[in-house]
Amino acid sequence: MYDVAIIGAGITGTFIARELSRYKLKVVLIEKDNDVANGSTKANSAIVHAGYDAKPGTNMAKFNAMGNPMFDKVCEELDVPFKRIGSFVVAFDDEDMKTVKQLYERGIKNGIPKMEIINKEQVKKLEPNLSDNVVGALYAKTAGIVGPWELAIALAENAVENGVELKLNNEVLNIEKLDDGYKIFITEGVIESKYVVNCAGVYADKINNMVAEPSFKIIPRRGEYYLLDKTAGDFVNKVIFQCPTKMGKGVLVAPTVHGNALIGPNAEDLDLNSKDSTETTSDGLNFVQESARRISDKIPFNEVIRTFAGLRAEPDTGDFIIGESETAKGFINVAGIKSPGLSASPAIAKHVVEIIEDLNDGFEEKEDFNPTRKKVIRFNELSDEEKNELIKKDPRYGRIICRCEHITEGEIVDAIHRKVGATTVDGVKKRVRPGSGRCQGGFCQPRVMEILARELGKDMEEILKDNRGSYILTGKTNKGYDNKSAKELIATSVEE
Amino acid sequence: MLQYDIVVIGGGPAGLAAAIAAKKNGVDSVLLIERDRELGGILQQCIHNGFGLHEFGEELTGPEYADRFIKELKELNIEYKLNTMVLDISENRYISAINTEDGFMTIKAKAIVLAMGCRERTRGAIKIPGARPAGIFTAGTAQRYINMEGYMVGKKAVILGSGDIGLIMARRLTLEGAEVKAVVELMPYSSGLTRNIVQCLDDFNIPLLLNHTVIDIEGKDRLKGVTIAKVDENRKPISGTEKYYECDTLLLSVGLIPENELSRSANVKIDPVTGGPIVNESMETSVKGIFACGNVVHVHDLVDYVTAESRRAGYNASKFVKGELYEEKDTIKTNPGEGIRYIVPHMVRVKNVEDSLELFMRVKDVYTNVKMRVKSGENIIKEMKKRHLAPGEMEKVKLNLKKIEGKLDDITVEIVKEGA
Repeated sequence: MYDVAIIGAGITGTFIARELSRYKLKVVLIEKDNDVANGSTKANSAIVHAGYDAKPGTNMAKFNAMGNPMFDKVCEELDVPFKRIGSFVVAFDDEDMKTVKQLYERGIKNGIPKMEIINKEQVKKLEPNLSDNVVGALYAKTAGIVGPWELAIALAENAVENGVELKLNNEVLNIEKLDDGYKIFITEGVIESKYVVNCAGVYADKINNMVAEPSFKIIPRRGEYYLLDKTAGDFVNKVIFQCPTKMGKGVLVAPTVHGNALIGPNAEDLDLNSKDSTETTSDGLNFVQESARRISDKIPFNEVIRTFAGLRAEPDTGDFIIGESETAKGFINVAGIKSPGLSASPAIAKHVVEIIEDLNDGFEEKEDFNPTRKKVIRFNELSDEEKNELIKKDPRYGRIICRCEHITEGEIVDAIHRKVGATTVDGVKKRVRPGSGRCQGGFCQPRVMEILARELGKDMEEILKDNRGSYILTGKTNKGYDNKSAKELIATSVEE
Repeated sequence: MLQYDIVVIGGGPAGLAAAIAAKKNGVDSVLLIERDRELGGILQQCIHNGFGLHEFGEELTGPEYADRFIKELKELNIEYKLNTMVLDISENRYISAINTEDGFMTIKAKAIVLAMGCRERTRGAIKIPGARPAGIFTAGTAQRYINMEGYMVGKKAVILGSGDIGLIMARRLTLEGAEVKAVVELMPYSSGLTRNIVQCLDDFNIPLLLNHTVIDIEGKDRLKGVTIAKVDENRKPISGTEKYYECDTLLLSVGLIPENELSRSANVKIDPVTGGPIVNESMETSVKGIFACGNVVHVHDLVDYVTAESRRAGYNASKFVKGELYEEKDTIKTNPGEGIRYIVPHMVRVKNVEDSLELFMRVKDVYTNVKMRVKSGENIIKEMKKRHLAPGEMEKVKLNLKKIEGKLDDITVEIVKEGA
């Protein structure tokens, strides 16, 4: 029997797993997909919000304010890209300036440091590419940008290194209450656990309803984005928001930790049965483009290298749902973790550990918990001398596989062989970025597949793009005499 | 630090021809750098024939065409490095590169020839909405899988874009047993060569849907189908014309983009129309001693033209090394006039033109029964009747400068109606 079973290996699930791995507990992390960070965690704005936005007194306000300052340490420990670049909420008229002032005051109530309201000249000085129609902005210096899926992968890796068991490709099919815990029916069998933590993202309502009274619904709220080439990466230096509306924070323009520019999202509520509808739409993308033009009409949309969409887990209660279910003891919901969920995730994890600790009347810390993970070598960021040294030590770092991002074979092999290693083309891309550049994998995908096949001892044809069913190749070509069936044909005809 | 007179970056048809021409003109210290594991570039995956009609007067396959130059390169003992990636070039012609054997290298060159070729425009760049499953390939990537790696990419395909690679791949997929349901083209005309439309589509009864585009993609894990719609004169989908095509594969042949990230690192000025460096008659870029040729300058449709252009680049790079190129005196410009999208070269230093000046250009639209008119200043110096002009077919204009009377002024090429 496990002490804790966590359902869902997104940012909250992996964070909770890693925090629980500090203690002498038997923890299992269950994920329906074939990789961690495959849902909302891989398709969002990648922003660590300052925390002025949420209504004071809500879970969102509390955990965002607590979570933001925790990023420096965890990203340092786990070698995850994080940059505290600050954010603007820009105003275009007096009405907007009123909102900016309200946000500032809300920020004060939420305990957010380092905010100021700045005028047009100050805005234009820091962000010369913004529209001349900007009249002022709320400047929040503590806002940052992070690699969300890299963080979740690093958390999962660190958790596994500290003893957490990860079960990929396991969907939770049903949960039954036992006297002293729960019986969880998963794809590969049945497991039992004393406590269950529901981090199932847009599916959290479904998981809750397996064992507890239905008390909330999770609405998939789709957001569509444009990703721009690195040539446009310095278009803005900070996260640029518009004034928020009822549907969220509106379309933003932000640099990414890897030097691209990100534009989006819109907000579209889908019906409750569309929990994997991450398609982009022409209406949605057009809306994003039009909205972003308010921020600047100079955004180089001709530099777009990818469009994508993600789903926010929007709770019908309006706030994060965090706590033990009233109708199922020891079953803890961490549901409706919409924006600012990423920003709040370190604080949510800490809080969930406290909840379980209370239920369990405490638990013991591990003496040998290791908070750091093996450094990731990012070849492109090394000095010329370091590059030379590295290639001498391991020649695989002298072979560039992804020419757009300058990713070497050494980095890809490392990403495959780490704990929670990559097994798919997108898994490699999430970890070390080949295919994230301007050619979108056109040149490197065959090479990446070859390396995956070789390192995992598989056939090229078995290598998937992303989740189960996303096969890339459909068989071998007709190779004449090299073809087995052709050989057999010839053999039979000779016999005849 | 390594030192060479000429370093050629890229071992495709452009780089091969440039290196050979440089060596033949008496420069011994030439290094060719190739990032892939063999020389020949994209030609190696173009196993169809039709290469070399101008150059050799015969129809070769891509690998055969490449092989002739690779053999010559080896016979001339030109040094080359495979699996070697150039990371950066500086304006004063220092190159940093890596490979597994030499590690990190800095190379000083007296002249550099840029011959990195081009890459394919992707789905992201053309912003097709819908799902993002496996089964969507650029045509060139699919060609690599099939012709180089020996794997099939699907069973039922739709091809978006009627560029030459798309057309060639329609035939290739059919020959490998896949069903190509349609080739879809946004424009009212194909951007591929006429012979490819006949030989790759018509001969196999593959429909070419002009004025159509893909407006939606379905499939969570592997592609399940695409929705195609007719477009109006503004290239916007017409509501009510949508038709669903069940398919597991979508190939994109929607344009090629010269790969100039290295050129930019050396501050080479780029022409926004071609996407490649601005060059003069010697194929020298805006940075002294840095030359460029082939698809890195502008996307060609015939490799024979790439070879000719690259020979000129290599030859002139060798003249530069020997101090035989004349500097900026008597520079004239070439101006694309009515109906012409661009002209390469962009500038001409008349003194460096040895016999004739060749101008390469593309037209903006399809024209029938028109004249191409070349002017020096306001003087008409040449006129050619053209029965058919299309953006998909590059035009060449050869000017014998010795036959032109008076001083040569800025050159304009324009399309005029027959009888004008």
